[in-house]
Amino acid sequence: MTPDLTPHFLELIRLAATDLPPDVEAALQRALDQEEPGSAAYGALATILKNVELSRANQTPICQDTGTPIFYVSHPEGWSTRKLRQQIETAVVQATQKSYLRPNSVDALSGKNSGNNLGGHYFPTIHFEEVEGEVLTVELMLKGGGCENVGAQYSLPYEALKAGRDLEGVRRVVLDAVYRAQGQGCAPGILGVAIGGDRGSGYYASKEVLFRRLDEENDNPELAQLEKRLTEEANRLGIGPMGFGGRTTVLGTKITALHRLPASYFVTVSYMCWAYRRRRMIWQNGRVSFE
Amino acid sequence: MRPITIPISDEVIRSLKVGDPVSLNGVMVTGRDAVHKWLFETFIAKTRLPQGDDLEVYEAIKPLLNGGVIYHCGPVVAGLDTKEYRFVAAGPTTSSREEPYQGEVMRHFNLKGVVGKGGMGAKTLQACQEVPGVYFHTIGGAASWLAQSVQRVFGVYKLEFGVPEAMWVIEVRDFPAVVTMDAHGQSQHAEIEQRSRRVLEQLIGLET
Repeated sequence: MTPDLTPHFLELIRLAATDLPPDVEAALQRALDQEEPGSAAYGALATILKNVELSRANQTPICQDTGTPIFYVSHPEGWSTRKLRQQIETAVVQATQKSYLRPNSVDALSGKNSGNNLGGHYFPTIHFEEVEGEVLTVELMLKGGGCENVGAQYSLPYEALKAGRDLEGVRRVVLDAVYRAQGQGCAPGILGVAIGGDRGSGYYASKEVLFRRLDEENDNPELAQLEKRLTEEANRLGIGPMGFGGRTTVLGTKITALHRLPASYFVTVSYMCWAYRRRRMIWQNGRVSFE
Repeated sequence: MRPITIPISDEVIRSLKVGDPVSLNGVMVTGRDAVHKWLFETFIAKTRLPQGDDLEVYEAIKPLLNGGVIYHCGPVVAGLDTKEYRFVAAGPTTSSREEPYQGEVMRHFNLKGVVGKGGMGAKTLQACQEVPGVYFHTIGGAASWLAQSVQRVFGVYKLEFGVPEAMWVIEVRDFPAVVTMDAHGQSQHAEIEQRSRRVLEQLIGLET
């Protein structure tokens, strides 16, 4: 019932680690075109684009921090999630041996690196969801530590910024998060924002929303408008690529809203570095394709 | 782009200014979170007794760090089985995590250069003035491209810290970087931080 997809999972990891998605590369190219030739910002973006090309050609990691591999698996009825997990873990070990992934899983207490990117139930992180129909979709995101460290969660009202429980409050704290990140999350970044939820679901959703393509318009017109405004205002901060100063600090903003408790109003920001490594694999009738 | 040879003299360090593009040539040592904590606790604060090969490694790295450069980098390395090591991807990691230790490590070893990304804070800037030293910023995420500047891997110390956290001794050629903190008390990071703070205050209509 559950076919062996291990080689395809390995290919999914290789693609994610070494081949930046076209929408991200195009956004970086647009950012380059807006900077002054000769400026540090221009130089940084030119180097970034050269590196993207080189990584694709040589099948080497775009960034040495190949991050936490985060898989979202949407499977048809009857598939064994236990087998899928085993296959994904095997592919992760193989990808580490092939230097697509750096050994990145460290025991929190002893500091010992497992050496193969496996470590307990959460490394790699795999989310399973049963869906209608006969199509298996596996999305993979590699999220590095530098950008993960500058993520932030605010509980509104947040008095220091006069941020109340409304979209204006959301706007204030998100801009604060971008300011606090400076260049440390490898700007220009992409913002994944979750409004509502609890502390756990907020972070979960703020990453999940990053799977949306940069050119995808938000279904909610109010949120679509806020996304545009936040991107534009974040860029006015002038932090620029790598924090060198410049016109592009973020490439895009993606916002989602979750139900919340009456008492809670969280705004969660996941900062994704420019090396926005995400890929999708689709299995249908025994055929596999990648996006 | 000004070529700089490692080890670096005080005179060359003092001639470097924020904004100068450079290319580094010579031997660098990688070191990040585990290494800085270990160096600081074992040999500087001495809150921890040397264990295992600690003293041996200390003697081996002292001449490399004297006048030398440390690179905040956790590389992807091929050839782990055969020990014929090759850097596959080797961009910088976020330097600010080493802020509690970096200044003391610079003073202790007469370290002239720190390579990383994101910049560092006031304590490191102070050490840059005293030692003297500079902070070289390179491009975060540009790992395949930067690995091409690594000509040779001489060896590795403290591999038990894990591949990303070990001290890799490497030879670099035309390794590109920009000076963003200099020996004269200038920091591009402090300047951008202050400037963006003013814009933030305008955008949210708030003096914080």
